Amino acid sequence: MHLFWRVLRQIVVKCLYYFVNVCFALPFAVFFTDRSGRVTSNPLLDQLPSYQSLLYRRKSSSSGSKRRSSSRGRMGSSGSGKWTLLKPNHNIHCVCACRAQRLEEAGQLSSWSQWRESTRRYLRRLREDAHQWMSSLKLWRGDIHAIEGMFGTGILSYFSFLRFLVLLNFIIFLLMFSFVMLPIIIYILCTIVIICYLPTGSVCSQYPSSSRRGLVIFHEHITDLLSGGGFLEQTYLFYGFYKADKIIFPNFTYNVPLAYLLVTIAYLILSLIWIVKRSATGFKRNLVQDEDRFQSFCNKIFAGWDFCITNENAARLKRSSLLYEIRTDLEEERIKQKIADRTQKEKCRIYIIRFILNLFVIGVLAACFYSIYVATTYSQEVQLDNKKVSCFFIENFIMDLIYEYLPSIVITLANFITPVLFSVIINFEDYSPAFEIRFTLMRCVFMRLTSIGVLLFSLWSQITKCEEDPCICGYNHVLYSCWETRVGQEMYKLAIFDFIIIFAVTIFVEFPRKLIVQYCDCGLAKWVGQQEFAIPQNVLEIVYGQTICWIGTFYCPLLPAVCTIKYFFIFYIKKISLMNNCRPATRPFRASSSNFFFLGVLLIGLALACLPVIVSVAQINCSQACGPFVSYNTSWEVLPHTISQLPNEAQKLLYAISSEAFAVLAMFYVIALAGAYKRVINQLRDQLAMEGRDKRFLIQKLCQAQHSSPVKSAVSSSQPRTTRSPSYHTSFANNFSEGVFLAHSPPDASTHV
Amino acid sequence: MIGFHLCKDFCVLFYFFQDCTFFTRKEMLRLHGRYRELAPHLVPLDYTNGPDIRVPLALIVTMPELKENPFRDRIVETFSEDGEGNQSFNDFVDMFSVLCEASPRELKTIYAFKIYDYNRDNFICKEDLHQTLVKLTKGELSAEEVSLVCDKVIEEADLDGDAKLSFSDFENMISKAPDFLSAFHCNSRLFTVV
Repeated sequence: MHLFWRVLRQIVVKCLYYFVNVCFALPFAVFFTDRSGRVTSNPLLDQLPSYQSLLYRRKSSSSGSKRRSSSRGRMGSSGSGKWTLLKPNHNIHCVCACRAQRLEEAGQLSSWSQWRESTRRYLRRLREDAHQWMSSLKLWRGDIHAIEGMFGTGILSYFSFLRFLVLLNFIIFLLMFSFVMLPIIIYILCTIVIICYLPTGSVCSQYPSSSRRGLVIFHEHITDLLSGGGFLEQTYLFYGFYKADKIIFPNFTYNVPLAYLLVTIAYLILSLIWIVKRSATGFKRNLVQDEDRFQSFCNKIFAGWDFCITNENAARLKRSSLLYEIRTDLEEERIKQKIADRTQKEKCRIYIIRFILNLFVIGVLAACFYSIYVATTYSQEVQLDNKKVSCFFIENFIMDLIYEYLPSIVITLANFITPVLFSVIINFEDYSPAFEIRFTLMRCVFMRLTSIGVLLFSLWSQITKCEEDPCICGYNHVLYSCWETRVGQEMYKLAIFDFIIIFAVTIFVEFPRKLIVQYCDCGLAKWVGQQEFAIPQNVLEIVYGQTICWIGTFYCPLLPAVCTIKYFFIFYIKKISLMNNCRPATRPFRASSSNFFFLGVLLIGLALACLPVIVSVAQINCSQACGPFVSYNTSWEVLPHTISQLPNEAQKLLYAISSEAFAVLAMFYVIALAGAYKRVINQLRDQLAMEGRDKRFLIQKLCQAQHSSPVKSAVSSSQPRTTRSPSYHTSFANNFSEGVFLAHSPPDASTHV
Repeated sequence: MIGFHLCKDFCVLFYFFQDCTFFTRKEMLRLHGRYRELAPHLVPLDYTNGPDIRVPLALIVTMPELKENPFRDRIVETFSEDGEGNQSFNDFVDMFSVLCEASPRELKTIYAFKIYDYNRDNFICKEDLHQTLVKLTKGELSAEEVSLVCDKVIEEADLDGDAKLSFSDFENMISKAPDFLSAFHCNSRLFTVV
């Protein structure tokens, strides 16, 4: 016990130490000198703008802990070589000289440091090999490589995102399987395991069987398969099957409701962590690319062409994408100018138009949500009426399916129409092109993801609506004796329908379009044009599917497996459609081209998925007739109930961790961390601006000195001239051999990157 | 036999080069093979006498690594002694040395500056930019657009206000370009045996 508190105290102390370091020391670490901090006092270098401002800051602040920034490189000792303009030698020989120098320095190191260096190198190589081996195991590596070669990095990121979702769903399925399904399977297979059902006699716990009786016609099986009803209802697929309270193994008791709840929380947290980890790399890249706004044209012209390109097609694509990017940049410049030139009257007009159009958009969204609500309620009523009647006619079969899928159909229709509407409306709102794309995307994302929420809300309003006002069991036990299974069935139907639609659109829209464009020479073909792979819409599609999976897994534990298989097939469908029907994008996917966008939308989906799960776990009474939570009022109750059965100390610890104080402390820590990093970033930005000013100052001095007196320095004459006639690439440096020396050390600052 | 002969005489030359490039011995031999492939009648196998052989520009730009590059003429000219594009083996090795993955950023920056400096006045002026842009987009931008872009580039990168880019301006700008290193290199497919 004492050991336990000692360990806890050590952890707390370490955290505080880290906290203090990060918040206070980190911002100043930027300014610490590293390696050789020797600084000679030099009259010219003391005049540098950065040094002056640092002195000013040091004088005004009382603390002397800020030291001179070392990245001046006054002594040029960072080891990267002396790449000044002042060497007339062949530059490549300079490399060699430096390598020799470095080797010499290495020889002077002690044996301990040498051993350390060699171990470090060995470990690094081992890590690289391990990375390479792991990446060779990746799913679909060859396919994705081929796609990248033909279509570029935007489409590549879509397919690698799809692969990530397949893996995520598979892992969620493994979690569900091992903690929820496996114990029950073991119970069914083994006889030494006992299962405990809680006996209930109340009216709420009646669960009439929903399987079809009598002669079952073949097409009813198909209806059942597609809608999750009939013979599928009382299987592993749905929540209702897991009606077990405790499973008693020979050595221990397995608490099924607790496991079910914890696995739900676990898979949500696991998804969050994995997505955040994955987007961390994309975020870093985005941060670097943010510098692009300072010199976007320079980057495109001087670092735009990839020298690795050897394929003619790839070269053509690269050229057209560069062309498009330059044109887009010019367009944005033009629009920025136009916006700056707007008069007061024009601004008023634009704002009024935007207000009206946004009201219109809200109206459209409201209309869509209302139609989803109506469709859901109607579909539920019809299903409950038709339940036991078996139908002999094929029209009834199709009508059955339509009634089952009515909400899905309405959602899909809304998701087809609204993006077109939004992209038409945005043209009148007169934003800059980059903002237009992003804003339309945001609206589409909102539309897609909220429609699921509306569906769930309308389902719940049905479920909690009873004839007598406060429901006896907390829900309508007459119509929905096992309401979680109902919700699970709706989610299952949404997922299946989503897959059917993707498949149908590919077969019935994209392939004919390609055939028309290829073989028909009429005006229609020219107007429609060959298909381009629209990344934003495709990404929204799969994020929508994944949100359904996250919400639905609580009610339909096998849904992750269904989604894994679904995404697996979608990969091949999309790939075939891409290879056969689409031409490479002439316009690079610019505004949201990084992985950051995909993962950002996925995070929004996860956040929107957590909401219904939390509400249903914590608020709505779980059904008494089925499922593992039969003996509790709400699903959440199993957790406090279990904790109250733990020993006292453990209870106290858990209460402390989950108390508000701890959460608030953790929150403050994270906020402080974020603030510290933000400060570091701002300081680095200022430092960069300072560097620019320093360089400008030095260049001015150089020009002044060049004009005033051409002085031949001793340094330049001591370097041996090569026997060859000065070739072009050595003559370049010669121009500066008569350069002026401002100090005894050359201004290495200009060559530090 | 020929291979052995080449090895023996080449060793001398190789040890001279080894210090000055980033290549291993095997890669150097393959490079020599590629060089010889361009003009087998010109380039001898025997280098003991240090022959002064230059392969003309027109043959070098047919190499697959350079064929699709819009700046191929400038690259070859930059790395040739006479400035006309006729490269000796020394120049050839230099060129791929700088373009390989192992060469440092500073070296690449220096040579990138030379490549983009068409009139060789050690400044990238508006005309140089004009030519660069035209080569890059194969003349698909209108004259007005080209002029606008050149103005924007000078506005973004010029620090000393002389309406052209000196090496320090260029270097400063490149240090902030995130894609420069990955763009400005030839991949090592050069060294796989064809």
